[in-house]
Amino acid sequence: MVPVLVLVAFNAFIPLMTVVNYAFQETFGDNVFFWEGTTWFEQVLRSPRFHASLIRQLVFTGMILAIEVPLGIGVALTMPRKGPWVSVCLVLMALPLLIPWNVVGAMWNIFALPEIGLLGYTLNSIGIDYNFTNQPISAWLTTVVMDVWHWTSLIVLLCYAGLSSISDDYYQAAHIDGASRWAIFRYIQLPKMKRVLTIAILLRFMDSFMIYTEPFVLTGGGPGNTTTFLSIDLVKIALGQFDLGPAAAMSLIYFLMVLLICWAFYTIMMRNEEQ
Amino acid sequence: MARIRFRDVRHAYPPPKGQEPVYALNEINQVWEDGGAYALLGPSGCGKTTLLNIISGLLTPSEGEILFDGKEVTDLPTSARQIAQVFQFPVVYDTMSVFDNLAFPLRNRGMDEKLVQQRVEQIAEMLDLTDNLKKRASGLTADGKQKISLGRGLVRSDVNAILFDEPLTVIDPHLKWQLRSKLKELHQQVGVTMIYVTHDQVEALTFAEKVVVMYEGIVVQVGTPVELFNHPRHTFVGYFIGSPGMNVLPCSIDGGQPVFGKNLLNIESRIKGQLQGKLEVGIRPEFVEFSDDGIPVKIEKVEDLGRYQVLTLTHESEIIKMVMAEDQTVPSENPRIQFDPHHTKVYCDDWVVEEAVNE
Repeated sequence: MVPVLVLVAFNAFIPLMTVVNYAFQETFGDNVFFWEGTTWFEQVLRSPRFHASLIRQLVFTGMILAIEVPLGIGVALTMPRKGPWVSVCLVLMALPLLIPWNVVGAMWNIFALPEIGLLGYTLNSIGIDYNFTNQPISAWLTTVVMDVWHWTSLIVLLCYAGLSSISDDYYQAAHIDGASRWAIFRYIQLPKMKRVLTIAILLRFMDSFMIYTEPFVLTGGGPGNTTTFLSIDLVKIALGQFDLGPAAAMSLIYFLMVLLICWAFYTIMMRNEEQ
Repeated sequence: MARIRFRDVRHAYPPPKGQEPVYALNEINQVWEDGGAYALLGPSGCGKTTLLNIISGLLTPSEGEILFDGKEVTDLPTSARQIAQVFQFPVVYDTMSVFDNLAFPLRNRGMDEKLVQQRVEQIAEMLDLTDNLKKRASGLTADGKQKISLGRGLVRSDVNAILFDEPLTVIDPHLKWQLRSKLKELHQQVGVTMIYVTHDQVEALTFAEKVVVMYEGIVVQVGTPVELFNHPRHTFVGYFIGSPGMNVLPCSIDGGQPVFGKNLLNIESRIKGQLQGKLEVGIRPEFVEFSDDGIPVKIEKVEDLGRYQVLTLTHESEIIKMVMAEDQTVPSENPRIQFDPHHTKVYCDDWVVEEAVNE
């Protein structure tokens, strides 16, 4: 018990308390603090800048979930269930997950550069006006496609694990019962994938809601502020402007939002399970 | 409803590279009557599940054909064969209610919802599932789930046969008996052909009208439980059915009579002609008795099983099992035994030498 407590204290509780400390006080260095109460929280919650990045964040997370979840399920369904191709597919699928996040950002940055990048150059030469460094739409599309490329595999692998646990008897029974392809998906595959899918969606929600490295390397939050998501904004406030108080308050709000959404989602999914 | 016929069915699974295929099924020629209750009985690996999969259409036999009511179905897929199957591990659609589970095969076939309702209620009644109809299927116990699997077969009025692949494996012992009698009752009520795969002789003998005993890919005997007990055609049947199994002892033939050790044995009628191959004599433990003259034996062990005793005897190096009523006593000095001539059978290369007897 004691080792666990010590570990949790060092890696979670003490850092969190430091943030709490900053969120309610003002400091000018030299370890001198002034009590500010809820000032910073009110400031952050009223700030149009925070609202804008929150909306960008929600739209981004919504978009990637809407693409990655169905796509991941679809790919998992088409993967072979036996034979020599299974391991080939699994390795191919796992590859993007093994690449460090800043490398992913750098790769896509070069890949998408309009003058020299393979993607950017090709798009422009077939007549599509594409430049992610100065067009918000191009920047958004590139960020979303990059995330889909990087993370759909995670959903594929988790769903594939769920599908592999279904015994042949189920498919055979469904054929005997005259079930259509859709009915097999709806009543056998989807229910069996439900638990892993819940985990997959939770992981993808948390990771995408807290995304920093890849868009930071790819677009740096630009052009302008158009791809400045919550964590990028937070770093700008905390380290760029050195507003530690508002940054700490924003961190806490951010943390509570993630916690709340995950809890609500998990509770809803698991309540259905029990019925 | 259909009469199922196998014509020269053989099946080999794809062998590992560079090896000759091994036939899991060899020369199956059978006719199973419509409305019968058949049990496929045999040890693991005897080909019974392969045969079942050939009936259901999951496997296409390497050779031969299978006919339902005279129509060839060898290449038809499962869905076109009108077969229902209950698997070893219960298969239910977890997210659906019991009612929806039972209605599923009917709805998939586009049946009118009113008829579906009627039919499902009728089948639920038969299976004692009426109280559970609104519950989620995943909440039921294993035997309840097996009933649902069975029910999904029964709701369809067009099934040719219901196949059972060791359906009682995961059922609690005290419920096994109950579910088995339910099956038998349903068979009498509905009259659909039922084919039941098992390696448990008690299950096979209590469920089936006809037991199909399989051994190493061939059907060694088809018969009623009584026939299998009294007239095993193959030493495997004698050994596999009955507890303890039949004694199979080496013998030679002298003047048409089997000789075991130095003892001439009486049989119903003499064997004519010369027999080539491994000769054995088979006698069930139930038909061995003590007598004043006969084969001298040593008593090795007496097991009291309540209603009867099982004796393990030896004559020279051969072990002979014997079943004796509870109230009989074991002779204390120079025990000798004899075999009931009506139940003593001679086997040549594991097959009974009967044709010769009846000539």
